[in-house]
Amino acid sequence: MARVAVVDYGLCNVDSVLRALSQCGAQAYLAHDATDIKTADKIVLPGVGAFDAAMAELTRADLISPLADAVLAEQVPFLGICLGMQLLARSSEEGGAAGGLDWFDAHVRRIQPGIDERVPHVGWNEVDHDESSPILAGIPTRTDFYFVHSYHLECSEPDEVIATTPFAGRVTAVVGRGTVFGVQFHPEKSQQFGLRLLANFLAVTA
Amino acid sequence: MLKTRIIPTLLYRDFGLVKGVGFDSRRAIGNPLQAIKVYEMRGVDELIFLDVRATLEGRGPDFALIDDLADECFMPLTVGGGVRGVDDVRGLLRVGADKVAINTGLIECPGLVRDAADQFGSQCIVASIDVRRRADGAVTVWTRSGTNDTGRDLVEVAVEAERDGAGEILVTSADADGTLGGYDLESIGRVACAVGIPVIASGGAGTSEHFVEALGAGASAVAAAAMFHFTEQTPLEGRRHIGAAGYPVRR
Repeated sequence: MARVAVVDYGLCNVDSVLRALSQCGAQAYLAHDATDIKTADKIVLPGVGAFDAAMAELTRADLISPLADAVLAEQVPFLGICLGMQLLARSSEEGGAAGGLDWFDAHVRRIQPGIDERVPHVGWNEVDHDESSPILAGIPTRTDFYFVHSYHLECSEPDEVIATTPFAGRVTAVVGRGTVFGVQFHPEKSQQFGLRLLANFLAVTA
Repeated sequence: MLKTRIIPTLLYRDFGLVKGVGFDSRRAIGNPLQAIKVYEMRGVDELIFLDVRATLEGRGPDFALIDDLADECFMPLTVGGGVRGVDDVRGLLRVGADKVAINTGLIECPGLVRDAADQFGSQCIVASIDVRRRADGAVTVWTRSGTNDTGRDLVEVAVEAERDGAGEILVTSADADGTLGGYDLESIGRVACAVGIPVIASGGAGTSEHFVEALGAGASAVAAAAMFHFTEQTPLEGRRHIGAAGYPVRR
């Protein structure tokens, strides 16, 4: 059974993520320090909360280099959820100009709503993809997932964008490179297909 | 496209779910865990759970209860009742709430919305505003489960909540609540025009056509309680109806 570290930085709903991963057959546990990260087969960085507050908490818990060592050097499969995906960026305009983990050449901006759109982007919206990524295996394109966010990730590298969602033009819904993935929506709150995505992640190997 | 949400509301009091009319004479309608399991099975869009006695009884949220309920809930869950401090918000998010509704705290705890939004992000803070029409015709904001007239104007409170960082406004008409006679469209329209964040219509839904009316008035989502508890209508039928009326819905 895969040991999945769910990084707990004190700001978000970790219970739902733990429970959804367990439902998919993982042995999920909360990770608070470097030791918890080192023993993981897979790592999930969940998130609601503000970008700058989250980076401050990760720094305070001394988790930034252990995460980079595991994910970038040792290729432990990684999934960032919502804010956990946005933290992969170089920088964000949320909370002033904060620096992120800088694993992806991306920047986080506030969503500029179109006509008849309101921010936060909250509710079920479709995720469009070319059905080639293993993280979305068995999930037809245009399947609805649950979103709740005011900022979005703008990637400089188009190849790293796996799926997008029609809102405010387009927002990045899934990013990935190798065994590192991020999803803007909440798979742990997206019922059947959300659990399928988590199961797909559990099947990712380096 | 972003789909229009239909959100069942669960009101909790004294170990069970209740539903009344005009915020009082509440009838017991069952066990919250069972209700959540049924809604989970039916794939509803989202749930709102309100502990309607917490503030009146001078207590905070029941974290253990929410923990149990959230364990069964693989859909988005908004929780309210007795939220008076940032620690209450943190505690609810930790045990599995996705969003936290603040009602009496909007008026009685200055700075709460701002502090909570700063720490946890706007997207998880719902400003829950109850209104009643007074004898003189003025529609004012009521707190403490609809027992206390603050004398404040609905739009003024909504705009203030948005400015402080709330991510959604839940507008509930205490007069229409439980009547099945339709939403307070005027109040919903006034708030939807005044703010840029999503507005959830609440209080009074009795048929799916009432959903269409609230969406026409500017609501982004519709909540209903009595309609789903006391009639045979289901959220799925509501979804089909508003879909036929041209609003995007989940397939």
